[in-house]
Amino acid sequence: MEISKFINELQSSINFYGIIFYALALLIVVSGLVTILANKLMHSAVALLFCFFGVAGIYAMLAADFIAVTQIMVYIGGILTLIIFGVMLTTRMTEANERTAVLDSTKTAIGALISACSGIGLVLVFLLGDWKQVPLEELPESTLQDIGNLLFTNYIAAFIAAAILLLVAFIGAALIARRKN
Amino acid sequence: MDTNIIYSLLGENFVSYAIMAIIIILFITVYALIAILAELKISAWMQRRYGPWRNTWHGVGQPLIEVFKLLQKENITPDRADKFLFNLAPFVVFMGALMAFAVIPFGELFIPSDLNVGIFYAFAVSAFGVVGIIIGGWSSHNKYSLLGSMRAAAQMVSYEIPIAICLLSIATLNGSLNMETIVVAQSGWFWDWNIFGGAGGATKLFVIPFTLSLFIIYFIASLAETNRTPFDLPEGESELVAGYSTEYSGMKFAMFYLAEYTNMFIVSALITVMFLGGWNSPFGDFLNYVWLQPAWFIAKAFGIVVMQIIIRWTLPRLRIDQLMYTSWKVLVPCGLFCFLGVALYSMLSL
Repeated sequence: MEISKFINELQSSINFYGIIFYALALLIVVSGLVTILANKLMHSAVALLFCFFGVAGIYAMLAADFIAVTQIMVYIGGILTLIIFGVMLTTRMTEANERTAVLDSTKTAIGALISACSGIGLVLVFLLGDWKQVPLEELPESTLQDIGNLLFTNYIAAFIAAAILLLVAFIGAALIARRKN
Repeated sequence: MDTNIIYSLLGENFVSYAIMAIIIILFITVYALIAILAELKISAWMQRRYGPWRNTWHGVGQPLIEVFKLLQKENITPDRADKFLFNLAPFVVFMGALMAFAVIPFGELFIPSDLNVGIFYAFAVSAFGVVGIIIGGWSSHNKYSLLGSMRAAAQMVSYEIPIAICLLSIATLNGSLNMETIVVAQSGWFWDWNIFGGAGGATKLFVIPFTLSLFIIYFIASLAETNRTPFDLPEGESELVAGYSTEYSGMKFAMFYLAEYTNMFIVSALITVMFLGGWNSPFGDFLNYVWLQPAWFIAKAFGIVVMQIIIRWTLPRLRIDQLMYTSWKVLVPCGLFCFLGVALYSMLSL
């Protein structure tokens, strides 16, 4: 097709993939910064929404479809909703100006040290790690079957342990929430 | 690509993606106008009124006129509201509704994105709606909005569990999370649909009660998921004014409204894919042309939307404790039982 050839040439000159990657990276970095720097707790929570969303986008670009959807499901649908509920329940409900606390200098120093260490560790892993590069053509069409197979063969012990943990958490929640007579 | 006519005509590039997105947004707009008209007319019919009648022929232009009215209203932001979040919330809610359309298969040649985890994805992005409603209710700085949004979130989170069980059962029955595979597995006559146990021999009589109950469970849970009566406690006007949308007006209110109707279509489309054979014609090869499949799909989904509207004007609203009772003590155990039945049927490959 004439039109499709023209558009494809245009696309290869722009490198659409790169644009999406840098847009997502910018979204993650900016919303991550807002999460830790915002004054209001609720603003942090909402910035976290966009941070999680950007990470899900990166997963989708890496052809990890299942992990991308799970990221949205678990982090946005579960954890973020829980965080916002927590914010709304623990502070006075209609108080719009609940501010995040400012830590004293010792705690800030310890926090900075831990973040710097983990940052250096991540960079080292990136530089020295034994990465395998798979060409785009050899990518599996779906990661779903492989994840399922591994989960029920090699990692069955971890899977069952997680199931037991969830069951205990369920029972614990029911026990705490039960009406005391 | 052979799953989408636009991609095969223009190639897979950003222009065809943009065209696809524009088609879907146009579809949502037209659909929402028709659905709102259906809501007005059906409510009038059920209450023995005329309904909208004066503007245009038989009042069919009423939704359009209402949209223009909302468009030209003043854009009000309450003085003590959190301005940024207040303006952001309608967009987050609508984004969640729009994102699900990426995987809705309208026909063999009209699948926007043939995702391998399609059903799981459509279920996951509904989380944006919950977060958006909480943001909107919290940032309004109004006790009714806050209470409404907390009710909405609690309700939507609770009813996600029966929905997840239904998705799981259908995935077990058809052995896939891919929407295209699920629809193709149901091709044939209407008794091959998943609501009647899917394609299979006489042994599927065992699974029919389970799939029928799963359909009913999913339909009830989807009413709660879209905050429709009898589960419309988040906007129960006699207690909470208008719930989380109390402070919203004009175009921002219209976004919430549009998102509600879009969500109704999405849950109906999911019902169509999971239980009613998707784009397949009910009568074998009768009118089962490729170009007519979107019409079958939209007709089935819109039929479910009309059912939702009829139920809204039939049943009274539940109390909040009855709502939680329905989810946790009725739908979840029944759903789990049906899931066990379907899993047994699939495992024995009867």
